[in-house]
Amino acid sequence: MIPELGHLSLIIGLAFAFLLASVPLIGVARKDQYLVRYAWPLSYGMFFFIFLSVVVLGYSFAIDDFSVAYVAHHSNSQLPIFFKIAAVWGGHEGSLLFWVFALSCWAAAVAFFSKGLEEVFTARVLAVLAMITIGFTLFMILTSSPFERLFPVPMEGRDLNPMLQDVGLIFHPPMLYLGYVGFAVSFAFAIAALMGGSLDSAWARWSRPWTLAAWIFLTGGISLGSWWAYYELGWGGWWFWDPVENASFMPWLIGTALLHSVIVTEKRAAFRNWTVLLSIFAFSLSLLGTFIVRSGVLTSVHSFAADPSRGMFILLLLGLAVGGSLTLFAFRASEMKSPARFELKSKETMLLVCNILLTVACGTVLLGTLYPLLIDALNMGKISVGPPYFNAVFVPIVLVLFVFMGIGPNIRWKKTKPGELKAKLLVPAIIATVVGAAAPFLADGQFNIWVMLGVGTATWVTASTFRAALDITKDKDGSFSLARMGRSQLGMIIAHLGIAVSVVGGTMVSNYSIEKSVRMGPGISQELAGYTFNYIETKNVVGPNYTAQQGQVEVTKDGEFVTLLRPDRRQYNVRTMDMTEAGIDWGLFRDLYITMGDPLSRTQFAVRLNYKPFVRWLWFGSIFMMVGGVFAASDKRYRTKKVTEASKADAKKAKLATA
Amino acid sequence: MKKRLVLFIPLVLFLVMGVFLYKGLFLNPQNLDSALEGKPIPAFQLERLEDRGDVITNESLKGKVSLLNVWATWCPSCKYEHPYLMRLARQNILPIYGINYRDERAMAIRELNRQGDPYTVNIFDHDGRLGLDLGVYGAPESYLVDHNGIIRYRYAGPIDQRIWNETLLPMVEELQAAAKLDGAS
Repeated sequence: MIPELGHLSLIIGLAFAFLLASVPLIGVARKDQYLVRYAWPLSYGMFFFIFLSVVVLGYSFAIDDFSVAYVAHHSNSQLPIFFKIAAVWGGHEGSLLFWVFALSCWAAAVAFFSKGLEEVFTARVLAVLAMITIGFTLFMILTSSPFERLFPVPMEGRDLNPMLQDVGLIFHPPMLYLGYVGFAVSFAFAIAALMGGSLDSAWARWSRPWTLAAWIFLTGGISLGSWWAYYELGWGGWWFWDPVENASFMPWLIGTALLHSVIVTEKRAAFRNWTVLLSIFAFSLSLLGTFIVRSGVLTSVHSFAADPSRGMFILLLLGLAVGGSLTLFAFRASEMKSPARFELKSKETMLLVCNILLTVACGTVLLGTLYPLLIDALNMGKISVGPPYFNAVFVPIVLVLFVFMGIGPNIRWKKTKPGELKAKLLVPAIIATVVGAAAPFLADGQFNIWVMLGVGTATWVTASTFRAALDITKDKDGSFSLARMGRSQLGMIIAHLGIAVSVVGGTMVSNYSIEKSVRMGPGISQELAGYTFNYIETKNVVGPNYTAQQGQVEVTKDGEFVTLLRPDRRQYNVRTMDMTEAGIDWGLFRDLYITMGDPLSRTQFAVRLNYKPFVRWLWFGSIFMMVGGVFAASDKRYRTKKVTEASKADAKKAKLATA
Repeated sequence: MKKRLVLFIPLVLFLVMGVFLYKGLFLNPQNLDSALEGKPIPAFQLERLEDRGDVITNESLKGKVSLLNVWATWCPSCKYEHPYLMRLARQNILPIYGINYRDERAMAIRELNRQGDPYTVNIFDHDGRLGLDLGVYGAPESYLVDHNGIIRYRYAGPIDQRIWNETLLPMVEELQAAAKLDGAS
């Protein structure tokens, strides 16, 4: 009975979405404010009923209702309760439900926080969001309902995939989905602007905090995913250029470009078509990502379901959403040349160059991801594109991007006085060259061009960002005051520093990791990167739904105790699957990482020892980026201007009423 | 007007991509063409799994139509495939040669003792060299080899009743008929 309520609630949510997608638009067409205002209660209703069906699914997991097929396939009575809840989004059907739920959350949030925006505009935004909700809810109800029943009812569930039983799973997919789906909001803003025909700076200002919010979630989702892959999959890698990873990385690249393009549109009313197009692309790539993951067109470690009928449905949705919006763009985009003039040496140019580089970088990732499919579809054979392609093409583009990234914050809008740039950036350039050139020799005494370039550009970004911060905080009379810095400027500085931190991490760990596969057992010790690893004993550990053999490895350096590492080899009872759980000692400048392999004899195991310098910096950097994003999104301008907009709009309405 | 046409470029690009995505839906990623189909098994010289002293070469596999099956104890799908291989072995249609791929000898032997051994001979490919030469994407993977040691077909993924009856068995029968003809002449 309860699961049917969930199903019913989902259908009611769909009905609300249908109304939300039509009633306000009819209201706009007939200039009937009464109908337009229905957008708000309808959004909340849609959110409420979809939320209810998520709760019902969670409840079915919590009480182990194995008559629900989805629960039986992804849970087990022995599974700890928080994993049961996380299992709601652990499989195909549930993650779709979560996708739709995230979308309705954003819709409700837009409805709630948009009090100050133009009513007609917001109603259009909400209607567009409802259209997307309709597509995905229909997809779920027609091809993959999470509420389907099983008969006869199994006694026990098949358990959640052990790989997914981890804190990483509890947070990674929700963050990622909120990010993916968040771009639906900037998409809806762009479409609403195209519908209304007013691509002005007000639209850009409204759209900006939403774009930032989506970007923050996506950044968090991607880095959590990378962190999860690092410690849970036991491979010790942090990025694999796997199609599913690329699927989340592409919207991030375009989203980053969009963030910057929106600034120009807001402040200088330029690049309006660019901003619209990037909004459409960011969301299209999110949809494409969903298509890639859900249809199984590309094989990947992440793919849950490979089912052509599902793939067909998503492709149809993709076609309608992207095709429709690009058609709208082609007919409605502004043909007018931007009124804002700017010269070659200006912030506008820098941001444009960076956007183009980001888009090109995204294009290379897209090409690499879809190339196997392309070749196959043309009957030219099967190939796979691996990390060598991505590293060879992506890395140089990004290095060039970093050079411009240092200039951008230091240059003025419209035009810069000759010589000014040189005066500002000479010192950062010298620092970057020196640090970059010295880095590989300090690390291991050997020439390494990639380390030079990586550390050099990261230093360049850091130094020039600080230089920009200095200029912002410096008064004309030479005194410094942090109060001069707006929140969005502070956010920019933190986020740019975050990029630099991540780049250092990525460069160091890619070039100076040391790995060793050895046979270890009680009494055997090994050396790696100056550390001595003493294998003391193997313990047997019993977990809630697994048993494990746990190695106890004492690490010492120069005779002094450093840490005790406990890598696990877990056997999960239900799926009879073996998993390795790495033993990690983390540090600011290095991680020691041990995984237990297969047993080689009664007491000995194949053990992999890893030394990973600076690997934490990757994720510290993304925390910086997220914090920067939060600062930028909370800038006062969005709030105060909204209020003035609101009073203006009210005044307008009052005028209309009296007229 | 010219400017307007430019604005259509994104739409056109997307439509082209859509066509490929559509075609991609009907392609089976498991249906991997092997570069080796029609070519002889790559030369190798490896130990038998059960016996270090016994060396097997590509010459050893000639003479009969056979199934070459890549497996490992670390591979969950191989465990799924295993009972069906046992059934095939009992039917005695053709020899099944196992390639124990990137595995540990002791583990593999223990697994076979516990679950049964469908293989006529098991080749111990510890460092995956033979697998690399064959272009193995992942275990399990199977190759149909004719009596001259030429690879005729590759199948990636676990073999089950349906795959065997629909795809592999007809080819095996055809190859065996050809082998008989060859032997007669």
